[in-house]
Amino acid sequence: MNVAEKPVITAESLIGQRIQKKDAPEKAAGKTRYIQDMIVPGMLHAKILRSARVHARIKSIDTSAAKALPGVHVVLTAADVPDQQPIGVARDHLPLKGERVRSLRDEIAAVAADSDEIAEAALKLIRVEYEDLPVIATPEDAIKPGAPLIHPAPLDAHGRPKSLPPKTPIAFAGKPDNIAMRFDYTHGDIAQAEAESDVVVEDSFQLHYVTHCCMGVSGVIAEFDASGNLLMYSNTQVPFLHKREFAEYLNIDPSRVRIIQPPIGGGFGSKLDIYPFEVICIFLARAAKRPVKMVFTREEEFLASPTRQPVLLTLRSGCKKDGTLTFRQVHTLHDNGAYTSWGATTPFVMMQTFSSLYRVPACDYHTTVVYTNNPYAGSFRGYGNLQATFAIEQHMDMLAEKIGMDALDFRLKNAQDAGEVTGQGMTFKSCGFKECLTTAAERSDYRKKHADNIANRNARGPVKRGIGIASMLHVGGGAKIYPSDGCGTILKLDDFANITLITGASEIGQGSETVLSQLVCEELGLPISAVTVVNNDTAITPWDVGVHASRTTFIAGNSAIGAARKAKAKILAAAAKKHGCDEGALDLRGGFVVVAETGEPVVELARLMRNLHFSDKAELVMTTFYYEPPSVHQDKAFKGDVSAAYAWAAQVVEVEVDTDTGIVKMTKVTGTHDVGRVLNRLGLEGQIEGGVVMGQGYALTENLIVENGVTRNPNFRDYKLVTAPEIPEMDITFVESMDGEGPQGAKGVGEAPAICIAAAAANAIYNATGVRMFALPFTPEAVYRALRGAAPKPHWPAWKPE
Amino acid sequence: MLLTHDIEFTLNGVKKRLTIDVTMNALDLLRDVVGLTGTKYGCGEGECGACTIRVDGETRNSCLMFAVDFDGRDIVTIEGLAADPKADALRESFVEHGAVQCGFCTPGMVMQASHILETHPDADAETIKRGLEGNLCRCTGYKKIVDAVESACCGAK
Repeated sequence: MNVAEKPVITAESLIGQRIQKKDAPEKAAGKTRYIQDMIVPGMLHAKILRSARVHARIKSIDTSAAKALPGVHVVLTAADVPDQQPIGVARDHLPLKGERVRSLRDEIAAVAADSDEIAEAALKLIRVEYEDLPVIATPEDAIKPGAPLIHPAPLDAHGRPKSLPPKTPIAFAGKPDNIAMRFDYTHGDIAQAEAESDVVVEDSFQLHYVTHCCMGVSGVIAEFDASGNLLMYSNTQVPFLHKREFAEYLNIDPSRVRIIQPPIGGGFGSKLDIYPFEVICIFLARAAKRPVKMVFTREEEFLASPTRQPVLLTLRSGCKKDGTLTFRQVHTLHDNGAYTSWGATTPFVMMQTFSSLYRVPACDYHTTVVYTNNPYAGSFRGYGNLQATFAIEQHMDMLAEKIGMDALDFRLKNAQDAGEVTGQGMTFKSCGFKECLTTAAERSDYRKKHADNIANRNARGPVKRGIGIASMLHVGGGAKIYPSDGCGTILKLDDFANITLITGASEIGQGSETVLSQLVCEELGLPISAVTVVNNDTAITPWDVGVHASRTTFIAGNSAIGAARKAKAKILAAAAKKHGCDEGALDLRGGFVVVAETGEPVVELARLMRNLHFSDKAELVMTTFYYEPPSVHQDKAFKGDVSAAYAWAAQVVEVEVDTDTGIVKMTKVTGTHDVGRVLNRLGLEGQIEGGVVMGQGYALTENLIVENGVTRNPNFRDYKLVTAPEIPEMDITFVESMDGEGPQGAKGVGEAPAICIAAAAANAIYNATGVRMFALPFTPEAVYRALRGAAPKPHWPAWKPE
Repeated sequence: MLLTHDIEFTLNGVKKRLTIDVTMNALDLLRDVVGLTGTKYGCGEGECGACTIRVDGETRNSCLMFAVDFDGRDIVTIEGLAADPKADALRESFVEHGAVQCGFCTPGMVMQASHILETHPDADAETIKRGLEGNLCRCTGYKKIVDAVESACCGAK
């Protein structure tokens, strides 16, 4: 079955329509039960004691008073869980810390009690004695020769490194330096490309800490049945990976772990890894032999959920006088925090941007990801791409200005086209990049406003207007990171021709239930209301690798279409046999089997289904389909076509800069996205608008302030999310490049809208004032200083990776 | 020993009499004592609006109230809006305009929006945005929420 086959779209087609979100009525009525709202009979409430020191050796922990508190059932420390295994991407992280804490969020002890209040009171009774260690607060300090090690190899009694036998509980053997990971990529001849350049620019950029701020904080309930099987209610984005990993930690077969996902109050990448609180909750439930629920407070969510990683970035870019890009050379230094989660691997995406956003003959990219005593970094919508794009898109404007070329023409000259194979081996089978650029520019009147703003820079009055453009490239057809990037679907039709769509893909608010229903109904000629989606239980749903990489519409969509087409074939064959006609001449429309050519009804689908189900040769219409995209893993040199499709966008940002106060107001965003094809226009607009405002927050207001390892603003009062009156006017349009592999031609778009807002805003501030912003966020203070030449430019340390 | 207090209040049109711990938070009373979980905990310090309820007709962040403050008051939660036909239209408008994504902020948004609808039935987009300033949403970018409320306001005229 070729899922890429496109059926003829008729007037009654569901594709491209504004389809209401299936779960919206329940949510708007306050009836949806999130993890926070769930009660399991007999459950206990759990809290975690976190480190009071940024970096310290733990000399002793006394839990006796906590254990004696009435209502406390279990108190655990690392000493109570000798079988704990390290978690995380580099397996450098024990859920409960026994000997040493490396950041303020570190988990030292956990309590399960009759209520949250009792658990909280018990935490206050736990006494911990620390011996402080030197704090490494910045990656620059971490890489200095002789810097104290954050993960030194464990020593034996004689002070020599221990040689640990394999599979010992502490499997992480430590590091000889503070470098967690390195990434190096190159294509082309940099020296030659530089020699051919007429203009070269080099700058450093500083990208800051931000965090997800899911409105529904993190939480789980862990429960064991009488046979020792684990049931987790969890708002994870990767249930199947959790299933496998939890089994590993418990040393049981994965079949004995079941993950149920209640509706999820936002994810944005924050729920992609295994976190200590989840494993600790399992330990507590195992010890208490009772279900245990743990839900973060908002402060805890700020302190102990992952962040978007801070990056110091230096970029050299060159071009010829005629506007041809020649090379990019990049070094990035990532603040990993104390442990390695997905933040460390964001260079996968960054290098894609450096190597392939625009045609660039030579690219050289080096990243060093270093441990510090800061909060550890995870994955966050856009996954490194916001940081890379911030630098590249400012350099595009700077190069254009240096050669006296219009910034839009410069981009168009270097923009990718369909058919291009990049240095990294990415193949752009569909590409609406140039159309995105021209559409966004035309709709915003970019050229005229850009020229007018420059002419008005010296006009009277403190408020200057600016307009800036930036573009982005992101995976739009999954990303082959794990052994499989696939998704399975089970489709069941009942005897009233209603559908149960059982998919591996999770709904985290993005609208996947609705778009998958739409794709299936399009195939089977049924209304959306005919579908019930089951997508929240690993005991029922087939495999899916999780909600990430803007992959769900593409991967789960193709999987759903595959299952629907198998069901359709089965139905039409049965109808043809029963009604003595050629199945090739039949189709499904409006709940009927019809003659394809005329639309004349042959039999009502519900009636046919009953005939099939209740005849003496009963046959159920139940199909399965597994879709694995035709992408490949990158090789060791990071080359390979890692996604089945690539998404493009151009966004134009307009600002007003008050030069007296430094306040930047984002007045309008004109965004054009190559989405392959619009499936659900309403949902798509919602994704783009939400992403734009998230990008606005990244650019202007959001800043997780971490000083010497201490998070200074773990609340919504001091961590500023954008509010309703601050949003810009938004003009969102779509380019339909009809991707050959995509479901009905569509590509993924979840992360795309957040990616280039900050870059476009920086270009807009420059257009307004003639001042470049090299560090985020553009707070009034930062802008005020920059306008007066008092903002220090980010400084690359006197150090190069070996 | 806990200090308790007897309170009497109207909750979604029904009289309630409860004996409660004087330190109890109003949000906890709603969620944990009477089991009305439509009102959400978002931040616990009055910054996000997820726990918005109506107290004597005015919207309040229930996380900032003590439960004893309910005494003698008329309390309406998102569940209580079920009896209000104007609120039906508002909820439908949220659904129709795509104003719901993860949905966690939605009950608080609907509560605040219903108050805007009642107090400013002819509200324009700017008034609505200002009215929703205390309600944070991380998914939608607010535009569709404002559109939904604006459309409901037009319908209410």
